[in-house]
Order: sequence, then C-alpha cells, then structure tokens
Amino acid sequence: MTLPLAAHTFLGIRGAYWNVTALKVAAVLGIALGGAGAFVYLFLFKMMSHMQSRLGPMEAGPHGSMQLMAEVLKFLQKEDVFPERADRWVFAAAPAVVLMSTFMIYVVIPAGPRLVVANLDTGILFALAVSSLSVIGVLMAGWSSANKYSLIGGLRAAGQLIAYELPLVLAVVGVVMQAGSLSLQRIVYSQAHFKLFGVGGFGLFAIPQFVGLFLFLVAAQAELGQTPFDMPVAESEVVTGYMTEYTGLRFLIFFIGEFATGFALAGIGATLFLGGWYFPGYGLHWGNLAWARELVGLGVLVAKVMVIAFLIFWVRFTFPRFREDQLQAFAWKYLIPLSLVNILVTGVAKVAVHA
Amino acid sequence: MPRPEMPESVERALEVPMGFAKGLKTTFMTMVRGAVTVQYPHEREDVTPRARGVIALKEENCTVCMLCARQCPDWCIYIEGHKDKEPPRREGGKPRTVSKLDRFDIDYSLCMYCGICVEVCPFDALHWSPEFEYSEPNIADMLHDKHRLGLWEDTVPEAPALEAGAEAPKGKKK
Amino acid sequence: MTVTDYQKTAYVASQAADARISFDIEAEGMTLNIGPQHPATHGTLRIIVRLDGEQVIWADPVPGYMHRGYEKLCEVRDYAQVTTLINRIDWLGSFANEVPFILAAEQLMGIEAPPRAQYIRTILFEMARIANISLFLGDMGVQLGALTPVFFAFRDREHVLNLIESATGGRFHPNFDRIGGLKDDLPKGWIDECKQAMRRIRSFCDEMDDLLVGNAVFQQRTRGIGVIPRDIALEYGVSGPNARASGIDWDLRRDEDLPLAWKHCDWKVWTHPDGDSFARYWVRLQETREATRIIEQLCDGLPAGPIRAKVPARIRVPRGEVFVHTENPLGEMGYYVVSDGSPGGPFRCKIRTPSFSNISIVPWLLQGVYVPDVITILASLYFILGDIDR
Repeated sequence: MTLPLAAHTFLGIRGAYWNVTALKVAAVLGIALGGAGAFVYLFLFKMMSHMQSRLGPMEAGPHGSMQLMAEVLKFLQKEDVFPERADRWVFAAAPAVVLMSTFMIYVVIPAGPRLVVANLDTGILFALAVSSLSVIGVLMAGWSSANKYSLIGGLRAAGQLIAYELPLVLAVVGVVMQAGSLSLQRIVYSQAHFKLFGVGGFGLFAIPQFVGLFLFLVAAQAELGQTPFDMPVAESEVVTGYMTEYTGLRFLIFFIGEFATGFALAGIGATLFLGGWYFPGYGLHWGNLAWARELVGLGVLVAKVMVIAFLIFWVRFTFPRFREDQLQAFAWKYLIPLSLVNILVTGVAKVAVHA
Repeated sequence: MPRPEMPESVERALEVPMGFAKGLKTTFMTMVRGAVTVQYPHEREDVTPRARGVIALKEENCTVCMLCARQCPDWCIYIEGHKDKEPPRREGGKPRTVSKLDRFDIDYSLCMYCGICVEVCPFDALHWSPEFEYSEPNIADMLHDKHRLGLWEDTVPEAPALEAGAEAPKGKKK
Repeated sequence: MTVTDYQKTAYVASQAADARISFDIEAEGMTLNIGPQHPATHGTLRIIVRLDGEQVIWADPVPGYMHRGYEKLCEVRDYAQVTTLINRIDWLGSFANEVPFILAAEQLMGIEAPPRAQYIRTILFEMARIANISLFLGDMGVQLGALTPVFFAFRDREHVLNLIESATGGRFHPNFDRIGGLKDDLPKGWIDECKQAMRRIRSFCDEMDDLLVGNAVFQQRTRGIGVIPRDIALEYGVSGPNARASGIDWDLRRDEDLPLAWKHCDWKVWTHPDGDSFARYWVRLQETREATRIIEQLCDGLPAGPIRAKVPARIRVPRGEVFVHTENPLGEMGYYVVSDGSPGGPFRCKIRTPSFSNISIVPWLLQGVYVPDVITILASLYFILGDIDR
C-alpha cells in the first residue's frame, strides 16, 4: 500500500516523503544516542557506583554529568589501529552491522498513539528479527580480528545470542496471544482495555504474563551480554572477547551499541509488559491540553523503560557470571521448556475466558 | 505459638530464589545507604598522629653522629659536617670541639618509610610527621634539604596518650 | 602420540611436568600464555597452558618475574633492616611476615617478649589475617564476574588498615615487631575502635554470605571445581586454608607452641571435607569471622605491663640456627635463620613461603579443566606473587 507523496506526517508535521523520513531518522538517532547516554550515566556510572558504596565520576561536570562527553571525545581522538593480519573490510564493517541492527529496533517502538516512526502490523516480529542481526556483527568482529582470543569470544557470544533468542521470542508469543496482535500499538491498546477479574484501566500485561516477563528479562539480560551472561566479554577471563582488537571510534560504536540495544530492549519490554505509553487517565477528556497528554505519555514510557533497565542492571551488578556450558544448559533445558509451558497456559486460559 | 515448619522439599526449592533475593537486597541496601567516598582533594580525612608521612629534622639536636645514615637500608640520607672550635664554657677552660651540620638531605624518592633512622637517633633529632602531600613533578625535588626538613618540624604532633595498662614511655636523652 | 585419550595424555603430561621434562604432544591444541600481565593472576605469574578445545591438557606455572633477592638481601642487612624489608613479602598480610623472623631471632638470643607484647603481637597478626583474607573474599567475586563484593571488601578493610596505622604508623608495612617485643604501645582508644571494626568486619562477612556463598550461580561455578584430595594436598605441601579446605586438620596456631597468645583464648579451626574451590572460599570466610572473635577476646584480656623486654642497644645474636614457622594468612610461613654470632645481620636466612608450595600443585590441578574454571581455581588457591617469588 503506497501513500501519496504529500501525505506523510510525523510529529504532526506534514511533508514530502524524504523530508519526513529525514526527520524520522534524526529522531531515531537522537533517541538512541540520548537513551544510550542516559543509560550509561544513570546506571553504569551512578547506580553501579552507589551499589558499591562509592560515588562514581564527580569531577567532569556537576556530579560527573560530562563524564560521558569526556569519554566520547577521548575515544574519538584515538588512533585507528588495524591488526596486521585482520581482514580490513569485515573488521571495519562489524561495528556498523551491530549498531544498525540496534537502530532498526527503535523504528517500531511507539511513544504515543501517533508517535511512532513506522506503525508496522508485524511490529514485534520485525523488532525481534532485526535484533538478531547483531549476531552477524559479533561473528564478523570475532573472526576478522586475526586473534585466537577474539575468535573464541566471538563464537561464544554468537552461541549465547542464538540460544537466548528462543526464550525471548517465545516469551513475546505469550503476550501476542494475550493481545491478539503483533503490532506494538495494538498491544498497548489491548493493555489499556485489559480487565483483570472485571477491574480494568491499569494496563499491565505483567500481571497475567508474569512468567513471560521473567523470561523476557532473563533473555534480554543474555541478549545484552550482561552478567550473569557476560562470558563473551568477561574481563578477567583468559579470553577477552570479540572486542579485543577494537580501539577508538570502533570500540565506542560497540559500546554505544550495547547500551542502545539495552534501551531498545527495555523499550520493547516496557511496551509489551508494562503498558508502553498508556497511563490510567489517558482516556479522560484533555481538551486543549492534548499536546501535554502526548508529552506525559512519552514521559511515562521513559519511566517504564527506566524501571525495566533498573532490574536488568541491578542483577548485573549483583551476580557472578555463568560458565558457557551452564549458560547454554540454562537456556535450553530450563528457559525454553518454561516458555513453552507459558504459551500453553496462556492459550488455554484465553480460550477458557472467552468461552 | 511456634511458626509451622515448611516441608523440606519446599524449603529446598526456595533456596535458590531466596539466595538470589538476599544478594539483590544487599546491593539495594548499599545503594540506599549512600557512598563512603571522601572526595579528595575537596575533602580530607584525618590522618592518625603516628602515621609515617615525612621525617622532620630538629637541627639543634643533631651531633652529626651519622648513625641514621649508616642504618638506613636504602642509604637515602646524605650527611656532611665539620668540626668547629668554640670558646670554652667558663673562664680558663679548653676550647670545645663542636660538630656542625653542613648538609642533611633525605631523598624521599628512595626512602621506604621504615623509620629506622628516627628510632636509632640517640639525640631525638628526627621525628615522624603525618604530612604526606609533598609530591613533586620533578624527581630531583624529592630530595629534601636541611632547611625543608626543619620546616616539617612544625607539623610533628604530640605523641598520643597510651592505652590503659601501658607503661610510660622512656624519654630520649637530648 | 595423538590426543585421543584425554586421561592418558593428561597422566603422561603430569608425569612430564613433575619431572620437568619438555614434552611435545602432537596435538592440534593451542598453547595459551596466561600472564605475566593478566588480571586473574595476582601479580606477575606466567602460566603456560596447552589446550585441546576448551580443556587444558598441560599447565606449567613460571614464577620468578618478581624475584627481588630477599634471601641474599637478608645476608647483607642487619636485623632491624631485615624486619622492615620482610614486610613486603606477603604485602597484604603485613605484620604476619615479621613475626616468625623476630621469633627466630628471639629464640636464638634466649629472650621472650613480655605478655602484653605477646598479646598485641597476636592481635596485629590476626588483623593482618583479616586484611589479607577479606581482600580474597571480594577478589574471588571479581574473578567470577561479580563486581560488587570487592568494593565492600576494600571499604570494610579500610577500618582494619586505619587501626593498624594508628598503632604502628604504616597501613601496609607496619615494621612494628622488634626483638624482645614491639616498638610502641597502643594509643588511647584503640581497643574500643578495634571492637567496632571487628563488628564491621563481621557484618561484611555476612554480606559476603548473602552475595556470594548463598548465590546459586557462585555455587555452580565453584562446587566440584578444582578438587584437591587430602593426600595430594599433603604430598605437594599445600598449607593454610587450602589444606584445611581439603579436610586436613592442621593449624600452627594451635599445633605449634609459640610465645604468642592464641592459647589464651577460645577459638576453632575450620575445615571442610570437599576440597573444591567452594570449600576454599568457605573456610577463608569462616576464618575471617573467627579472627574477629580471637581479637575481641584478646582485647578483653590484654594484660598490663611493659611492651618490650630488656634488650641491648646493639643487637648481637649468638651463634646458632633455628626454624620458626607460623600460620600466616596464606599458609605456613617459616624462617630458617642461621647466625654466626657476629654483630649485624643473619648469616643466612631461608624463607619458606606458603604460596610457593601452594602453586606447585597447579600442573596437577589444571589437567582436564575447562578454561573458565582455570580462573576459578587460580583465584581460589589465592597466592600472592611477593610470596611466591620473594
């Protein structure tokens, strides 16, 4: 279905296809980078530090707010090093592949009824599909580095990412069945209309789908490569991971990619399980303040993203890491059967309630 | 009324999640309780008076006996002196020979802060001071000469009172 | 010989390793060099490891990157200077290094320190144990991926280090033991602060219990990993908590008659039957708690009196030789001091350090082990490079 050229709108701005697309691209880049930056500052610098009884960066800017800027500038001015026997093109392309797959997830996350870059009917399927493209980037990085440590790290990382894709997808299937649609906007609407034992209006799939939420959080933790699933980038291990040979801007891209993916997956989680941009009060008559309602919706979504991220990072800073075979066993022997049981129970319950 | 015991299988099944929950609670409570960081150099901690920060020299007590320079394990004390003749203390006496200290340098880039020199000095000319902020960008400036070592004397604290049950410390002869 | 039978290869490789024969296996295995710069080895230890896939078939530790010539230094320095140097052998268990040496010199001279000095020596010895092992408790977490416990370790250890500093003047290198007693007495208020610090350390131990010991991931990573059977431990000379974790009930504080104050208080030796990495962590955790209890009892029962026996100003140790060993935080540390009766330093001083014997078991222990478990095992053995290389 093609729309007439002049009918494109975004943020209420109507314009030609290319203009609106440029605006959308700028919005995605801004949110991705801003979100990643906020994550790094809030969770990695400040929350981790306070959990360890220390203050974190305090010197660069008030309370260390400019530390991220300082780190970015530091990375930008580093020398561009290529290992001698590395495959140049693949080595250079790998970080870009990882980052591209992350940016594409932002395309479908809705921040309001009309605040979405592309309201796809197969929204969640698209998001999960493109997020799994990062595996290719990781393998490219590990293999092209001409370093046996990187190779082992890359293979481990790829194995882990593939193993935990399945619980992620199957957890989402439960939500999809509950909502009856793959489109993220429709999932938010169905949470808005969700009634538990006749009481409605709070819009959370986390309550009936608590098993799905648990599975999603665990699988997201593994997808992001966070402890307890951070064997691929384990610092104190013999092998230091697929990112060993990367310095400067390329390493920065991996780093940004990791946190941007975190923001994106937390956004998906908030939309699927916590109700997205919907808050009880959205349906009331706002009149002239309709624009304020959109802003509040956006703020509510960001708050929910922070809640999910808090859980992810809290676990990251508390637990030691799994060994690779224990990690795989956990995914294949425990998480996948649990997710299948979740789907079964959801299906039965849905039919029973509707019958 | 005693609380009913949980069946053993339930307790064992709950062990893993309870273990996780306790760990998560520890980190959460630490985050809430606040940081213990002392933001040096904006804030400073009090250093205990006995801390071995820098060695101070009381020049009038030194008789150039060279014991400290000899006992130093790193040989970081450089002493030079000469003998002078001073007039007798009372009429009709012999002129006295007095040692004068020309040079007394401690090289803090070599010093290992063991305190043997302070302990071994029979004339109580060397003292420990808890000052530690004397880092220099140029390593040659880590050699403190007689004058600078004399300046550190102002920072030497009083010996702290001792714990109950301790014997009074014996003084050193001047 | 092709690598088809891991057991046979590992056995032959271990025989070769024991006999120090360079043994070439036609394996497609990868040779990996762990160290000398590596975050997992506590210092500059190099371990050459040959892998087949993810399993180790041959491992060889190469110490010596930090050799500082202590035994030669001891020949050309006198007793006071040697005391200040040997602080730096096991740099985390500061005071504990000085004690066996001073006790050896005192035995040769026939001097015994007054009771107050013995008590305070024991208190400082146990504090060195707490400072040393609490770092291990956090560090093992880091090696396994838990970033937080090590910060708690540093935070709570500061209290012990500040106490040591307020008494001796140095946090890490006290240089406080003297032939005949101690250099100074304790400053006022030290005992109350000490008891407060002990309460802190106990709450730290509880936090480690919650964060690591009770955590299922930690248990899965450490239970059954790196098992040292009891007889193998005895053969290789493993000592300290490593031996006690293999079920060997041997503690020099109880079994050796030294002029120190352990016999005046009521304490327990902790052992564990398993001999795996978890047992080594658990035994050290209990030992830290036990050390706090020992210190509290000794603080309560501290006798009044002089802090140093009458000793001539110029120390001259008579002719003789003696070996004194104590239960240091890392294991059994001993000094074999030979004196020829001349003024000045010892004629010869042989230093028996625990970590050197503890890592002799590494070739045997690492066979057939997976690569991530190598780190776990090395972390659980807990050696300090200054202790291995001297």
